[in-house]
Amino acid sequence: MIDIIVGHYNYWVVIFLMMAGFYTVIDRGNLIKKIAGLSIFQTSVFLLYISIGYVSDGTTPIIAEGFTRYSNPLPHVLILTAIVVGVSTTALGLALIVRINEAYGTIEEDEIHEQDKSL
Amino acid sequence: MIAVAAIRLSDLFAVVMLFGVYSLLTAALFMDLDAVDVAFTEAAVGAGVTTVLMLSSLHLTKRWEVLPRRKPLLSLLVVGITGAALVYAVLDAPLLGDPTAPVHQHVTPRYIEQGAEEVGVPNLVTAVLASYRGYDTFGETVVIFTAGLAVLLLLGIHEDARMRPGVSAIGDQVVLRSVVKPLLPLILLFGLYVQFHGDFGAGGGFQAGVIFATAFVLYDLVFGDGSARSVVPPGWLHRLAALGVLIYGGVGVYSLLAGKAFLDYSALAADPVHGQHLGVLLVELGVGIAVFSVVLLIFYAFSGRSRRR
Repeated sequence: MIDIIVGHYNYWVVIFLMMAGFYTVIDRGNLIKKIAGLSIFQTSVFLLYISIGYVSDGTTPIIAEGFTRYSNPLPHVLILTAIVVGVSTTALGLALIVRINEAYGTIEEDEIHEQDKSL
Repeated sequence: MIAVAAIRLSDLFAVVMLFGVYSLLTAALFMDLDAVDVAFTEAAVGAGVTTVLMLSSLHLTKRWEVLPRRKPLLSLLVVGITGAALVYAVLDAPLLGDPTAPVHQHVTPRYIEQGAEEVGVPNLVTAVLASYRGYDTFGETVVIFTAGLAVLLLLGIHEDARMRPGVSAIGDQVVLRSVVKPLLPLILLFGLYVQFHGDFGAGGGFQAGVIFATAFVLYDLVFGDGSARSVVPPGWLHRLAALGVLIYGGVGVYSLLAGKAFLDYSALAADPVHGQHLGVLLVELGVGIAVFSVVLLIFYAFSGRSRRR
């Protein structure tokens, strides 16, 4: 039982962060807050991949003499590119928010819905 | 913990700042998990670029969040159920650091055992990124390019009337100026090193592109809004972004014309390993140029927009 709890602690952290991000996205009405929640969700997935690629007693996957055990390079590649893609999509979301603010004068979801109804 | 604080605060400025700290901590965690390349990217992107972008969009919108009137019970319930399902799923998952886990059994042994001979690049992350999974990386580069285009379509690059090169929004900060000035060439040099040494040490086109862009963002922030534009005009950046993607695609088309598969770099030189190495360098260069220009373009788009109601 203790083994299960301690040996999986990377997953517990991931689940906690993921749910924290998820909660922010569905509960908060502020659009920038939603983007922040989405980013936290995103980092939790990054953390999941990287911790899966980790091998105990392994080392960084750069071939060097004296090392035979390396951590898995494949998740590193996937996440490396995902981070940079993530920042450009976040920028896209922020750009949308800026335009929404210009059109509606607010970035609160409820107020935007009210304005839509009154049209 | 920092994540929780970031969610609970309603001062969005503090949220953004905490987010930078959170990113840096994540980078340290990646480092601890032997993922240096990833830690590198996270530190440059999360703590640098994202913070600046979020701050500028805060400037363009509002700083304070209005707390919702509805009860959080329903959302908490949904989150709780999802979380419980995930916990249940995790119980079957392999332990942290277990070398016999299924992920390490397929494909990876080949990358680790033969990567250095087949591609001629000691950094396996670079080898997998640019050569084995070159298709994916090409796709990612195109996604970044497209996201940059979409931001430009939404915001456009404007010249703010109040913006004068040489006059910074934060005033004339002598200390910042004199610290940043000697730092800039070092950052640029470091960016170049990361770009061209990415096949031996940690680094590569993605990181180098972001580091390069950060240098210009810093210059723009400290030495006055719009001063980076006189060094790198936005008009060039459009072309540079396209050029980066074209270099990557061009390498692929060249290998097609030379009778090999798309992005098979062994077509680039008589010796296949040499060709692979050359291909990796060229492709990383394309990625670096594309990432640099897209990140800087996005920054220009945000910083040039004036606040409107």
